[in-house]
Amino acid sequence: MKALVKVTLKHGVLDPQGLAISSALSGLGFTGIDSVRQGKWIEIELAETDATAARAAVENMCEQLLANTVIETYAVELVE
Amino acid sequence: MNPTVIVFPGSNCDRDSKVAIEKISGQPVQMVWHGETELPPSSLIVIPGGFSYGDYLRCGAIAARSPIMRAIVDAANTGTPVIGICNGFQVLCECGLLPGVLMRNASLKFVCRDVHVRVEQTATPFTNTFQRGQVLRMPVAHHDGNYFADEQTLQQLEDDGQIVFRYVAPDGAPSPSANPNGSQGNIAGICSKQRNVVGLMPHPERLYEAALGGSDGRGLFESALALAA
Repeated sequence: MKALVKVTLKHGVLDPQGLAISSALSGLGFTGIDSVRQGKWIEIELAETDATAARAAVENMCEQLLANTVIETYAVELVE
Repeated sequence: MNPTVIVFPGSNCDRDSKVAIEKISGQPVQMVWHGETELPPSSLIVIPGGFSYGDYLRCGAIAARSPIMRAIVDAANTGTPVIGICNGFQVLCECGLLPGVLMRNASLKFVCRDVHVRVEQTATPFTNTFQRGQVLRMPVAHHDGNYFADEQTLQQLEDDGQIVFRYVAPDGAPSPSANPNGSQGNIAGICSKQRNVVGLMPHPERLYEAALGGSDGRGLFESALALAA
């Protein structure tokens, strides 16, 4: 089983890198961009076959290391 | 007196810290590798600057989970003075000894220059030789020094006197232009509630004697060494 973890800055936390990307996109002529938020994508191959146990384990990994929950939020998706 | 400097893969101010403390105190400094699980008896612990683990994942995140950190957290909780400088500050925030987090500089640029900071709290092991309101000049060199905490935490830091240093103009006035990285409240350094854990972005170990261009950083080590003597 594979876990796909998306880590992004919480709403309300200034994302200067997202702002820089937004301004670069505008510079390239792309219009209609309200905002850009940048995040991280982490793939984890798991030996666990039980989805409930796998999700619990990965959420624990997020809380302990993968995300800094002071500023970041995370979402876990499991795929076979 | 047995000061200890922690060494992570990617630390690059560990030897500067060692030399600074040895020159100031005349005593040998112990270097402890991050993979150790026990600390030797330590009168003070320095978590030095650098790029531990290449800043992978988040600055200080991997170092904060390395084996030696459990022993450091235990020592901090029993009152041992601990100072985190630059990357060391990031490690202290990541391991939970200090609140908040150091984010990417608002300018997105690596900032390497002298800054002025004002001493806001003298009741810590590292600032007790200073006067409240005293202005110090020290270098910063970082890409991620933008201090962030939620409003409640910031208010608590203010109320509990946990803000130790603030970026200011040379005359001591905090202003946006004196803030090199966008830190909330111009925060350059904070301490734990118990005051014994201090983190700051500027590098006192790079400015501890006249030959280095100034000695404003010296007082941080003198404070802690005098307590340990």
